[in-house]
Amino acid sequence: MVVGEMVQEVDLAVIGGGPGGYTAALRAAELGIKTLLIDAAPKPGGVCLHMGCIPSKALLHAAEVIYSSKSAEKIGITFGPAKIDVDALRTWKTGVIDKLSQGIVGMCKSAGVEILHGKATFQDSRSVRVDCPGESAMRIKFKHCILATGSRPVKLPKLFKNEEDINSPKVLDSTSALDLADIPKKLIVVGGGYIGLELGTVYAALGSEVTVVEMTEGLLPGADRDLVRPLANKLGEMFKAIYLNTKVNNISVTKSGVELEVSGKDVPEKLTADKVLISVGRRPNSDGIGLEATQVEIDQFGFVLSDETCRTKDKRIFSIGDISGQPMLAHRAIRQAYVAAEVLAGKPSAFDNRCVPAVVFTEPEVAWCGLTETEAKAKNISFSTAKFPWSASGRAMTIADTNGTTKVLFDPSTSLVLGVGIVGPRAGDLISEAVVAIEMGAVLEDLAVAIHPHPTLSETLNEAAMSALSRLDRQAKKDSEKQISST
Amino acid sequence: MTVEFKLPDLGEGIHEAEIIAVKVKEGEMVKEDQIIFEVETDKAVVEIPSPHAGVVAKIPVAAGQTVKVGCVMIAYDIAAKGQAAPAASPQTATPVAAQAAAQAAPVKQAVAAGNNGAQTQPATKTASGPVPATPATRRLARELGIDLHQVNASGPAGRVLKEDVMAYAAGSLESRIQPSGASNTANTANSASNTSSKTQAAAAPSMKDKYGGTSGDAAPLVALGGNNAPVEYPDFAKYGDVERLPLKSIRRKIAMNMTQAWTHIPHVTHFDEANVTELSSLVTKYEKEFSARSGDNKVRPTLTVFTIKALASALKLYPQFNSSLDENTGEIVIKHYYNIGVAVATERGLIVPVIKNVDQKSFYDIAVELADIAAKTRAGKIELERLQGGTFTLTNIGAIGGTSMSPMVNFPEAAILGMARASQKPIVKDGQIVIGTILPLAMSFDHRLADGAEAAYFVQHVVKLLEDPFKFVLEA
Repeated sequence: MVVGEMVQEVDLAVIGGGPGGYTAALRAAELGIKTLLIDAAPKPGGVCLHMGCIPSKALLHAAEVIYSSKSAEKIGITFGPAKIDVDALRTWKTGVIDKLSQGIVGMCKSAGVEILHGKATFQDSRSVRVDCPGESAMRIKFKHCILATGSRPVKLPKLFKNEEDINSPKVLDSTSALDLADIPKKLIVVGGGYIGLELGTVYAALGSEVTVVEMTEGLLPGADRDLVRPLANKLGEMFKAIYLNTKVNNISVTKSGVELEVSGKDVPEKLTADKVLISVGRRPNSDGIGLEATQVEIDQFGFVLSDETCRTKDKRIFSIGDISGQPMLAHRAIRQAYVAAEVLAGKPSAFDNRCVPAVVFTEPEVAWCGLTETEAKAKNISFSTAKFPWSASGRAMTIADTNGTTKVLFDPSTSLVLGVGIVGPRAGDLISEAVVAIEMGAVLEDLAVAIHPHPTLSETLNEAAMSALSRLDRQAKKDSEKQISST
Repeated sequence: MTVEFKLPDLGEGIHEAEIIAVKVKEGEMVKEDQIIFEVETDKAVVEIPSPHAGVVAKIPVAAGQTVKVGCVMIAYDIAAKGQAAPAASPQTATPVAAQAAAQAAPVKQAVAAGNNGAQTQPATKTASGPVPATPATRRLARELGIDLHQVNASGPAGRVLKEDVMAYAAGSLESRIQPSGASNTANTANSASNTSSKTQAAAAPSMKDKYGGTSGDAAPLVALGGNNAPVEYPDFAKYGDVERLPLKSIRRKIAMNMTQAWTHIPHVTHFDEANVTELSSLVTKYEKEFSARSGDNKVRPTLTVFTIKALASALKLYPQFNSSLDENTGEIVIKHYYNIGVAVATERGLIVPVIKNVDQKSFYDIAVELADIAAKTRAGKIELERLQGGTFTLTNIGAIGGTSMSPMVNFPEAAILGMARASQKPIVKDGQIVIGTILPLAMSFDHRLADGAEAAYFVQHVVKLLEDPFKFVLEA
């Protein structure tokens, strides 16, 4: 113990200032719990606000504007090539972040949540040491703690011939890519998941020649193939190349840029570019925070084990957000934040949500919730699907973008809606209706009978449900005819 | 191989139990018949022995939790040698009955009775996968401690509606107090003010000790029969400190049974006195000899023992007091067996164990059995089947005092006899005032089944036997 260490006692210490952490702190304070928010970053907001969701969506908006201006040619409007002021774009993006971050600080202030900036390390199940930059360490004793330390990009140091190269400005991860230092002429994206594709889309729009290298046989592993196909087609036009089933053997930083040795079918042995973006996944920040001094248990992937109420194996400590497991998405963390704070306030709360929606903010967007075909097949769950192609949607035609599909997965015996997948512009906004439907235990009739405004893209879900119902009708008729003919 | 053990049927009318203690840990090696749980039902504390030998893989329940019949209590990893018996065989499926089997009760019968009771429960669905229900409904169920899998769904695609959860909450209260068949006479109810003759006026445990501080089954009691309109209560805290405790377990059960008895049975109480001077002196004279026979000084020829025997004789003469009114069929059910429930005050509340076939038992047998059930009931170890099947209840507050009482009938029985303290009083005998021992008696009965004159004759018969030991011997 450091001499002169300050000790502060609180009812609840929330560690991590991301969307999970600050939401938990605000909700707990609202419920009358004396709460301290400990954040290692200088400004609250976490990865989501500073290095993830918000900056990436700001830049994707810029990309959308650029693509829209180009595709306007189709409807007879020509703008000419876009002039991009990267500095101005960066300043705008930073402004958005700062404004939101100040908003969080303001909310904490008015809720009476104190924010302590520093890195927390557990001393035992009841206290953490917080090393505050430029000040002496604090010791925080808590009755309860909510762990919300989030996750960080996986770095793959072993791929580098010279391990030092990993820190080269030519090697990007999602964080540094969003800083937008410059626009490389050629960019290689390692990893065809949603982060790689979103950032690839941004850089391609800003003028980079983007090549994607993906180890598995398709982009967006885990998502249904029929939803990925329209995106893959579009990306095929947007990117210079997409190499699937391709393994990166090593990466080296050269004077002129980066060099990747890769192996796969119909793939050059060597790929060169100005910069490389490593986006092969994220890992939970459960290491280096002293969890071994507590009863908290973590699994083989580093995720903290917790129950439906977000309580870890250490009964004083809760975990929410990326550190608590997949899917590592901000909106899951936010819901868990409510659960943990409410449980601590003695309310009967539990994370019993039926689905966590996933959205890929590419062009077009891909979104899904509930059961996917991939999961249903893996788990042998019986289901039927009905699709509505956007080529038949009036609204899609009027925005000159019919590259989309809306799909409903349902239980053929009860017509219960099990899952929905959407690909197309604004799919991320459209998916919310499906989320509510699944949470409410909706059946196809509910989606079919409810009036959807015309002409909107939301009608595609309505239409998909109706086509599913008429298929069930036809099936029922067939079955009864069969019965009649057999008697 | 993993084998799950579910909370077995604990006997007729019992659908859930509160876990008092979990006796084993995950990862622990458990022997067959080792005690794994201690649970408290509405009727008794029961130890649950392990039906398997193996390593405990998972215990999804915890002490303090209330679990329903069929709820998975524990999962075992059993060495895949095939020697472990599957959970479904009747012997292993009734581990609770094993306790009661000390009484050599046929195990199969216990199972059948249990199944019978289970029929009143709503059909249970398979507990796999989430139940379709809106988030608001799920929250309500969580607040009420209800497992959505147990609730009958009225929505499309098996969707459980808010109304379904409300109905289940009300229904689970109803089902706990509803007779599950003709044989359901085992309600533990009795007049809450009465206690057994053997009860010492020991220091009462604190309210918290008795009911615990944790919130239990918090559903309101308004779903009981009678007036369903919610009652308005004043703000008690306005006038001083108050404490609010959950109404739990046995206390809750008593409250429900009393409400049911009071709302279903039109009560009338008949009072009388028995001059037990002669019987008392005989008791004093032979007491030691009687106890010595069993070697247990708790086995005594008390007035309770004689009264039980007198009741057997009176019930044969007046069978309307050994009956039940079946409101569903509109029939009077006359029982040709004479099982006397004896109210026993325990720390957890009033419990009524039953002495069966008292007409076929001797004074001595009854005294032995009475000592046994009283001790076991107080210790919370009474076997479930000894709490069931009563036809008439006897309650004795004599040890505490009182000149008389107005006991409440143990629903769905027809009558209850209360004994107050037998004490010395001046009585008139042959024109002279002499000292006699007077036992005040009070019988409450269901006026739908019998009238006041019959009750008077019934009690008079009991009085005659207690007053004249020789006649008693002839009759018994």
